[in-house]
Amino acid sequence: MNHPLLTDNDPQKETTTLNLGPTHPATHGVFQNVLEMDGERIVSGVSTIGYIHRAFEKIAEHRPFYQITPLTDRMNYCSSPINNMGWHMTVEKLLNIQVPKRVDYLRVIVMELARISDHLVCNGILGVDTGAFSGFLYLMEEREHIYEIYEEICGARLTTNVGRIGGFERDFNDIAFAKIKKFLLKFPPILKEFETLFNRNRIFIERTAGVAAVDPETALNFSWSGPILRATGVDYDVRVNEPYSSYEDFDFEIPVGTNGDVYDRYIVRNEEMWQSLRIIEQAMQKLEKEQKGIFHADVPEFYLPPKEQVYNNMEALIYHFKIVMGEIDTPKTEVYHCVEGGNGELGFYLVNDGGRSPYRLHFRRPSFINYQMYASMSAGMLLSDAILNMSSLNVIAGELDA
Amino acid sequence: MELAFVIEKFVLITVIFSLSLVVAMYSTLAERKIAAFLQDRVGPNRAGWGGMFQPIADGAKLFFKEEIIPTDSSRFLFIVGPSLAILTACIGSAVIPWGQPMLIAGREINLQVTDINVGILYVFGIVSLGVYGIMIGGWASNNKFSLMGAIRAASQNISYEIPMGLSLIALLLVTNTLSLKEITEQQHGWHWNVLYQPLGFILFLVCSFAETNRTPFDLPECETELVGGYHTEYSSMKMGFYLFAEYINMFISSAVMTVLYFGGYNYPGMDLVNNILGPTWGPLIGVAVMFIKIFMFIFFFMWVRWTVPRFRYDQLMNLGWKILIPLAIANIVITGVWLTYVVK
Repeated sequence: MNHPLLTDNDPQKETTTLNLGPTHPATHGVFQNVLEMDGERIVSGVSTIGYIHRAFEKIAEHRPFYQITPLTDRMNYCSSPINNMGWHMTVEKLLNIQVPKRVDYLRVIVMELARISDHLVCNGILGVDTGAFSGFLYLMEEREHIYEIYEEICGARLTTNVGRIGGFERDFNDIAFAKIKKFLLKFPPILKEFETLFNRNRIFIERTAGVAAVDPETALNFSWSGPILRATGVDYDVRVNEPYSSYEDFDFEIPVGTNGDVYDRYIVRNEEMWQSLRIIEQAMQKLEKEQKGIFHADVPEFYLPPKEQVYNNMEALIYHFKIVMGEIDTPKTEVYHCVEGGNGELGFYLVNDGGRSPYRLHFRRPSFINYQMYASMSAGMLLSDAILNMSSLNVIAGELDA
Repeated sequence: MELAFVIEKFVLITVIFSLSLVVAMYSTLAERKIAAFLQDRVGPNRAGWGGMFQPIADGAKLFFKEEIIPTDSSRFLFIVGPSLAILTACIGSAVIPWGQPMLIAGREINLQVTDINVGILYVFGIVSLGVYGIMIGGWASNNKFSLMGAIRAASQNISYEIPMGLSLIALLLVTNTLSLKEITEQQHGWHWNVLYQPLGFILFLVCSFAETNRTPFDLPECETELVGGYHTEYSSMKMGFYLFAEYINMFISSAVMTVLYFGGYNYPGMDLVNNILGPTWGPLIGVAVMFIKIFMFIFFFMWVRWTVPRFRYDQLMNLGWKILIPLAIANIVITGVWLTYVVK
């Protein structure tokens, strides 16, 4: 491999080169970091990205809007529904579609469940990387319950491809609501147990507190967003600063940290899970007031009609044909829409030339932007700290490389 | 030397040797079962009833695996490493008194391979040798992760032997002997050393965790940082030896802790039971009690492993040098003052 550090064979060098990744048990995903080590301490590092680059932005240019949803699944696969919803909302913004309140609330439920599952994985893995394995498994069981809810809603578990432009493909069924209610009851004690295991664990605090501390200024300069930015003390959350999907109707708090270290990120993520639970509870209450059975906006020219209607109703057949063949005019404009993803501001920049697929689509992937600082941050750290830092940045390989 | 003596010792050595191997084998199963219990899982339950044959299946699998010796490694040392690790682990049990002398066919049989008068020093020497297996294996692998694991192991073991030895000095002030047999006899009838040396025991316990490379001190092999630590390059039974050595070490440390601090084979009402059962069967109860105590320690080792995170390298050193050693010295001083002015 042609790498500046790996090819340096100077026999008089005082430092050693350590190739961390791409297949190292601590790099959850395929990242490579070539580190120059002075014993256990990292002198400098070079990150290599692109191991699972799949050219999603280019592929998107050849796909109709509704076929881009499965691409977004595969970015942050720990919280695919957020990506799906973000993309749907971007297209709705482009097409000026007003979505009914009930759809907004349903979306909020799915997105907050996804946020919980994302944070569960991140905090659980942080425990594994510090050497405490059990907490991770307690949380994984709950993630399983979230996936069961996804299954009820859309049939898929990991890459959900949930929802359509304008709403959902079908209404939530009663089992889904029952499972959500059950989750709201069962999850808090388990999260509480997890917190008792870690929050005040002396070894855990010593391992994480003060590690990879970032001040707000640097974080903003590197365009960080999401929990790791909030851990530095900046209360930037897209859900509040630029509400989408009726987040302004909900009453919740934005947890912020003070030091921006690994421990603060952990605490912020935990606290966000509690807030997400609050949001889901409120959404469930709001849904009871809404008229049942509405699960998509009334936009026949963009929302695929049910198959029975396609076969029996002429207008539905025409719309079906036009949607599938991409014969519908779309505005020639550009839109940017962002949602608060599991790792930060997940943005979709869509340039449209009026055709069936985007002229250019850019994903603002938070993991990619958050990861920029990793190599320079690692300099001067111990190897153990650098690994905890990576795990608490929650860099998802799929989102990093897209 | 009479023949009966040789046969007696030979049988005893064989029994103890195989017993410690069996305990180590089933410790692997126990570890997985306890982990499963702590993590709301079932654990291995396919091989035999409740997974009873799992260790045998694992062992067989390891023997049949392909052996890979890295091209750039030092071939001889690569093989010496795991051999040394398992060897030192196995000979540690020689001085541990497993029970009171047993009367079989009119012959008194000592349930201890050898009662050397420097028993504790022997255990210490063997434990210190254990790190050579890790060092040599890690060095010979010619892998940076292995080397880092080996360096961590060496510095960790050396650092934690000091507080361990110091905590023992306080114990020796109380016992006045280095023979494990005598130490056990002294604890007869609730005079367990843990009651006189609580701080010393805690220090010794912490150091035992470090010496056996168990979480929270499992830095030499911490998988999330060093892949597999010193055994990254090892495969087949050579890796099995390393893992096995760890479990045997755990068994031996538990036995040593039981003997030094928890009365060994002593238990309440021992004299009464011995009078009823007689000198042949009575001591066997003692052996069983000894093993129960050992298993409780092993459970404790596993319980801790599946609960707490591990230390960082520098924190480990800080704990060893800045906290444990001063505490151990303070313990010696307190014990000395107590013995001089209170007990006399």
